[in-house]
Amino acid sequence: MVPLSPDELTAIELSLRIAFWSVLISTPFALFFAWLLARRNFVGKLLVDGIIHLPLVLPPVVVGYILLVLLGRNGLIGAWLYETLNVSVIFKWQGAVIASAVMGFPLMVRAMRLSLEGVNQGLEKAARTLGAGPIRVFLTVTLPLISPGILTGVVLGFARSLGEFGATITFVSNIPGETRTLPLALYTFTQVPSGDSMAFRLTIISVALAFISLFLSELLARRIRAKVGN
Amino acid sequence: MLNVNIVGQIGDLDIKANFTVEEGTLTALFGRSGSGKTTIINMISGLLRPNRGYIAIDQNILFDSEHSINIAPDKRSIGYVFQENLLFPHLSVEKNLRYAEKLTLKKDRFTEFDEVIELLGISNLLQRRTSALSGGEQKRVALGRALLANPQVLLMDEPLTGLDLARKSEILPFIDRIRERVKLPIIYVSHDIDEVLTLSDQIALVHEGQTQLVGPTEDVINKAEPLLGGNEPFTVLSGSITDHVNSFGLTTVKTLAGPIQIPGLVSSLGSKVRLRILARDVSLALRKPQDISVLNILEGTIKEISHLQLGIVMIKVALRDNLTIHARITRHACDKLNLNVGVSVFALIKSAAVDKF
Repeated sequence: MVPLSPDELTAIELSLRIAFWSVLISTPFALFFAWLLARRNFVGKLLVDGIIHLPLVLPPVVVGYILLVLLGRNGLIGAWLYETLNVSVIFKWQGAVIASAVMGFPLMVRAMRLSLEGVNQGLEKAARTLGAGPIRVFLTVTLPLISPGILTGVVLGFARSLGEFGATITFVSNIPGETRTLPLALYTFTQVPSGDSMAFRLTIISVALAFISLFLSELLARRIRAKVGN
Repeated sequence: MLNVNIVGQIGDLDIKANFTVEEGTLTALFGRSGSGKTTIINMISGLLRPNRGYIAIDQNILFDSEHSINIAPDKRSIGYVFQENLLFPHLSVEKNLRYAEKLTLKKDRFTEFDEVIELLGISNLLQRRTSALSGGEQKRVALGRALLANPQVLLMDEPLTGLDLARKSEILPFIDRIRERVKLPIIYVSHDIDEVLTLSDQIALVHEGQTQLVGPTEDVINKAEPLLGGNEPFTVLSGSITDHVNSFGLTTVKTLAGPIQIPGLVSSLGSKVRLRILARDVSLALRKPQDISVLNILEGTIKEISHLQLGIVMIKVALRDNLTIHARITRHACDKLNLNVGVSVFALIKSAAVDKF
């Protein structure tokens, strides 16, 4: 097989880096909202649930545009960020991380919420009677029991990020070495007359990457299941 | 001493519980399923909140609505054995048992790990997964886990329900041993009269969320007959074993109503037992009969005659020392002997029909 070109390597590295950070950042938030939706009743729960699920039903381009309006240099939050902290995520890989995180969020919340709802709350009560406070109960009982669900959420979020296209290109554009991930690079090649063979190579790379990710996650899932005992 | 006096409401059940439990004694919360027994112990454990009242272990107040005290369940020092065991599936048996270890202060520890696993016979299970245990083993581990939390009170929610007879007789002696070795107030939720007769020192009868009768087991059982409802009425007599008649294989139990012989050489001399005598196993005679196979003959006076159903009457006979016994005989026999309130009779009890607890 022909070795990978520097451009291809950059796109792979960028895709993985963006996926890694987007999952890492959104996992604690996803866990919090999963817990909130699974365990708490509050006014406006339906609204929170709806907002979290929006990226799942909206066209990704719309999500990207909303991010642009909010976080762009003249955006509601973006302008403030730029003026006070001199930070801007526009046209930066960090912006792609945000786009990915937002798009993958509903999938992560769903997976974690489902597994939280599957936990026998009697076990948590038993832990309370054994002298554990609420936080210790969460860390020593709830968290280990939902670890398969957290892994599922992480895998879904990671996969969603690797495939993310619309929101990313709308929000942070298609800049080589900065925001041009695998799907964006592939798209770019389909737009030039002689790009077919390059697009095909990227397709193969994408498939390989997806397989490796799935394989690793399955391996991890088995180890967790063996440990948790389900 | 555990002191409970609470009022609360869960769903459409009004809870009203008022009783005390001494150290080293076992109080059965006895009543039908759905009567609110579990709700009451959940309130004691802090998993549910009563509306009013107080709960205290000696001077240690767990709940006091007047002073707005409501201690969290993890700070109540309570050992709770759940009906469904609720062992942690992600931890080994040993880790389940040691879960509470780091959560109790050194000075509050009175149970030793080795002692508890020896007491419950679970030392060979330590490395197992909880899902690999049988029902009886799971129950013993759950008992051990609750004891190792070094509780001030032990709560058991129908620990034998769902176990088959062999498992029940496997667990029962352990509960008895726990009561003797660990001097705690124990509350035992049950709807099974046999378990209650075997284990309890005191009964709190729960009906529609309320503890209606509280007192020594025999008193409550004999008083609460109509409340217990359902099956054949019976009388419970307690006594101590005074003699083993080896040649006949009989055991003599001395009760306040007189000696009663039961079959088999059971328990050791001096030990306390309870006898259950079903009303249908009691016959009546006007004179002390001779040449009869029945060994137990108690003298008494008829106190009450009630007509149960067509052809059958229920007779309450007052024995010595304020004790009574129920006899169920035919209407025909009642009329033939001309039995009336105030008549002196002899109650005949078949030894073979007496249940020992």
